[in-house]
Amino acid sequence: MPVSTLPTDRTSALPTIVVVGHGMVGQRFLEALADRGLTATAGTARVVVLCEEPRAAYDRVQLTSYFAGRSPDDLSLVEPGFMQRHGFELHLGDPAESLDREARTVTARSGETYAYDTLVLATGSYPFVPPVPGKDAEGCFVYRTIEDLLAIEEYARTARTGAVVGGGLLGLEAAGALKGLGLDTHVVEFAPRLMPVQVDDGGGAALLRTIESMGLTVHTGVGTQEVTTGEDGAVNGMSLSDGSSLATDLVVFSAGVRPRDQLARDCGLAVGPRGGVIVDEECRTSDPSVFAIGECALASDGRVYGLVAPGYEMAQTAAEVIAGKDAAFTGADLSTKLKLLGVDVASFGDAHGTAEGCLDVVYADSRSGVYKKLVIGQDGTLLGGVLVGDAEQYGTLRPMTGTVLPVAPEQLVLPAGAGGPVALGPSTLPDEAVICSCHNVTKGAICAHTTLPEVKKCTKAGTGCGSCVKVIGQLLPQSTDKGVCGCFPYSRSELYEIVRTLGVTSYAQLLDSHGREAARGGDGCEICKPAVGSIIASLAPTLGASGYVLDGEQAALQDTNDHFLANLQRNGSYSIVPRIPGGEITPEKLIVIGEVARDFGLYTKITGGQRIDMFGARVDQLPLIWTRLVDAGFESGHAYGKSLRTVKSCVGQTWCRYGVQDSVKMAIDLELRYRGLRSPHKLKSAVSGCARECAEARGKDFGIIATASGWNLYVGGNGGATPRHADLLAQDLSDAELVRLIDRFLMFYIRTADRLERTSTWLDRIEGGLDHVRDVVVHDSLGLCDELERLMADHVAGYRDEWAETLNDPDRLRRFVTFVNAPDAPDPSVRFVPERDQVRPDLEILAGPVLAVRTLEGSVSR
Amino acid sequence: MTATTVATAQHPSLQLACGEVWFTVCELSLLTPGRGVAALLPDGRQVALFADRARQVYAIDNRDPFTGAYVLSRGLVGSDGGRPFVASPLLKQRFDLATGVCLDDDEVSVQVFAVRTV
Ligand code: SRM
Ligand SMILES: Cc1cc2nc3c(=O)[nH]c(=O)nc-3n(C[C@H](O)[C@H](O)[C@H](O)COP(=O)(O)OP(=O)(O)OC[C@H]3O[C@@H](n4cnc5c(N)ncnc54)[C@H](O)[C@@H]3O)c2cc1C
Ligand code: SF4
Ligand code: FES
Repeated sequence: MPVSTLPTDRTSALPTIVVVGHGMVGQRFLEALADRGLTATAGTARVVVLCEEPRAAYDRVQLTSYFAGRSPDDLSLVEPGFMQRHGFELHLGDPAESLDREARTVTARSGETYAYDTLVLATGSYPFVPPVPGKDAEGCFVYRTIEDLLAIEEYARTARTGAVVGGGLLGLEAAGALKGLGLDTHVVEFAPRLMPVQVDDGGGAALLRTIESMGLTVHTGVGTQEVTTGEDGAVNGMSLSDGSSLATDLVVFSAGVRPRDQLARDCGLAVGPRGGVIVDEECRTSDPSVFAIGECALASDGRVYGLVAPGYEMAQTAAEVIAGKDAAFTGADLSTKLKLLGVDVASFGDAHGTAEGCLDVVYADSRSGVYKKLVIGQDGTLLGGVLVGDAEQYGTLRPMTGTVLPVAPEQLVLPAGAGGPVALGPSTLPDEAVICSCHNVTKGAICAHTTLPEVKKCTKAGTGCGSCVKVIGQLLPQSTDKGVCGCFPYSRSELYEIVRTLGVTSYAQLLDSHGREAARGGDGCEICKPAVGSIIASLAPTLGASGYVLDGEQAALQDTNDHFLANLQRNGSYSIVPRIPGGEITPEKLIVIGEVARDFGLYTKITGGQRIDMFGARVDQLPLIWTRLVDAGFESGHAYGKSLRTVKSCVGQTWCRYGVQDSVKMAIDLELRYRGLRSPHKLKSAVSGCARECAEARGKDFGIIATASGWNLYVGGNGGATPRHADLLAQDLSDAELVRLIDRFLMFYIRTADRLERTSTWLDRIEGGLDHVRDVVVHDSLGLCDELERLMADHVAGYRDEWAETLNDPDRLRRFVTFVNAPDAPDPSVRFVPERDQVRPDLEILAGPVLAVRTLEGSVSR
Repeated sequence: MTATTVATAQHPSLQLACGEVWFTVCELSLLTPGRGVAALLPDGRQVALFADRARQVYAIDNRDPFTGAYVLSRGLVGSDGGRPFVASPLLKQRFDLATGVCLDDDEVSVQVFAVRTV
């Protein structure tokens, strides 16, 4: 079905371009046409696209991220409205079946025939399946399309073991996916090492060790002879060339790809002896009106490129040529950087050292699985290299290929502490160095911009595989001012140190002694006030300041939510979230919540944090509501604070048949221990009773997963806008060890993080990352642990419920009125209208006669 | 008048210009420096009153023009180049307390009220 069609009378007269294949390169070709104004809407060309797959082009390179939670829609490469905007006619699920070059027509499976003036083949490749007996049995798969992944996922539900045939780039990616699906995973590679194309023997060995240590079984140097099946016809194993056999329920073939050139062969276009439609530098096939681009093409340098970047270049070239300009694709380099199963692997330039007289500079550390090799020419130029286990330097080294390195090469491969590595900043690169190889963007082009979003928007750099983003960040102007805001020249962690060491307990004093000259004596601002308020609060017991956030000057520093101990809603009312530790609650307490909500007419909702939120309270109602809640044994849930939110739990060992520890008890203990702890950003946690992870602990700042012998502690997880799975910090901890480690971790985070920096971003930012944090909090490398534990002990001892405290203080309670001069008058602007048997804010009365209420989206977050 | 002046010395009060008359709102001591309170005028309008660090008092309309909510009194007070402002507690746009002009959007401003301590 055509996604868009223009009236035939307008389009039929236009020259027609038919594109066969809407994969990554096909889509890029369409974008290139649009850039050059070759579209139906521009009245210059009719463009028909035949797409075999049931969905439009998607990011095949990121295919595996489907298993990490990206939906097929997230993977789409086509901007919404793109086809319509340009009048491109896209036919999904309708492949081209035959070509008639004489008549210049393409016939699709639907029977429809399209006449073309120019034909572009972008059919990609198909996975090669070795012709072994049993290869078509139920349980055999390939790994190329979203549909393949859906099928594997479905089949894996009933499988325990999986085997991947092929230990190359894609094979390892597939193996990682099988492992992620919970299968016992094997990799069978015919060559003597993994990733034979990209890395050399040394690199392969480093990779092997790391991959085996992850629990995958690797068989190198053996071929697959047969896939064996059970009585039901489904796969039950493989027999290997060394005479051994391997029991497996599922097989994924990933033994390389072959160009899809059948259409071209059938109509007599020239193809290479080993496949691939032969094209010239203009990407034209042996028929001048037919072009071939991407993985189906055999380029003029005699290569079939199985990478997306060269395909994109071909797409640009073909579009340019079709637009009547000069362009040529003469070849591309095969540099790649990947993260396979969490291991960085990169190779660039002449990685195998084939140039005459070249020398290798190698560093290998099998213990840590790091292997680095640089290939240096006779004249000292860098020719290429292989990096396994630590590919940090890829971004700077690859663009230096072909130049003489500014430092001795061994300094670049040695680890820190052994004379290297020398930080070779990207500033040393020449302007013409290609930084983003996916989109062929040079340093010069990037440096014309000042922010990453701008670079991405204007040059597309960084929007492909993403491996260049870090270097781009280093090329952009760095703000040298690390100050939190216009008032202080210090970062949050510096302010923390100042407050801690000097024992400052007053914001005004801090501003006057450590603020920027112009800000001293002033009123500060809405950024540093809450930040300093939070620092003073988290250190309060230690500094001897009041632990009560509404005391004295501290009250003036808090954001409105902390100031009223509730969350401000869009109409000026507040929401109330009592703490429900671990999500466990008695029926009596549930009834109290129900009664309070009913009596005050509050809207109730179960939150995503395993507790209950009541919305729509006026300021003056807050103390009345909390009096009832505190009487019933509730306390503040700190939903308003940059502090501990919830520690979610699963039901755990007590009830669940799989549970191996009491996750609920641990969650409650932790929530009570860290409640009220003010931190740079909110803190979330969860405890799961077994590896099934029903509490989603790995999405939390600190997450705990039970093991048969104790607890595993994960840190740095995040849901929200940029999800990140937490990393394992330590394993099989006892209860006491776990608590001690969390104490240290949290206090170290609070001490060193920036304002509004979640643990996830903090962990990625701080130098040395997770390893450094582990050194500090587990191995006590900085000798800080005693102090960190003491700070936490102070917090735990000093904790008091903010609401109970407020209710006991008539002075504070006076603040909870709408109008200072009419304490009994309710706020007339806080009104509600009914919806689904409850209420919602009446926004119309806020809109007033003139103003359409703006939505809360696009809020200025400071 | 003398009587009021005496009272002033101990417990100064805040007054807002309301049409032709000065309307007494509350004692100055009810304002925490750096924070605001809302007051209800006889005609039903809402005013946000603030005291800065130097206890200088300002009054602006309580309605946040960006959301329509009557909440500006609950924002945080700051100063920029010596000029006092309040940041809306909802979407954080800043308003100059002396002029009512929004510092983050030239096209928006809120009404300013004359205020005095007696
Ligand atoms: C009520 C609730 C939604 C619900 O109806 O379920 C909620 C509501 C809000 N969330 Fe949330 N979040 C709620 C669970 C979550 C979760 C789920 C969870 O905790 O398991 C997440 C993802 C997990 C995570 O944080 O990693 C979540 C990620 C966010 C984020 C994004 C944080 C990030 O790191 O990207 C924000 C924005 C922020 O904090 O800057 C946010 C901010 C907010 C704010 C505070 C927005 C605001 O400033 O007004 C909302 C305030 C609600 C209120 O006024 O009471 N909320 N929010 C949930 C309260 C849970 C609780 O019991 O405390
Ligand atoms: C799991 C995986 C990971 C990868 N990782 C990387 C990586 O990290 N870096 C990298 O550079 N490359 C990577 N690649 C390779 C990259 O995806 C390809 O180089 C790229 O997709 C090639 O684009 P293409 O348009 O030529 O082919 P494809 O994207 O395969 O598109 C071809 C399309 O044409 C369709 N088609 C075929 N015949 C017809 C017909 N007769 N009629 C209509 N439609 C037809 C096919 O169904 C397909 O949709 C990876 C590939 C996979 C599978
Ligand atoms: S995580 Fe494990 S113990 Fe907890 S509910 Fe899920 S399956 Fe049961
Ligand atoms: S190198 Fe892949 S996005 Fe830049």
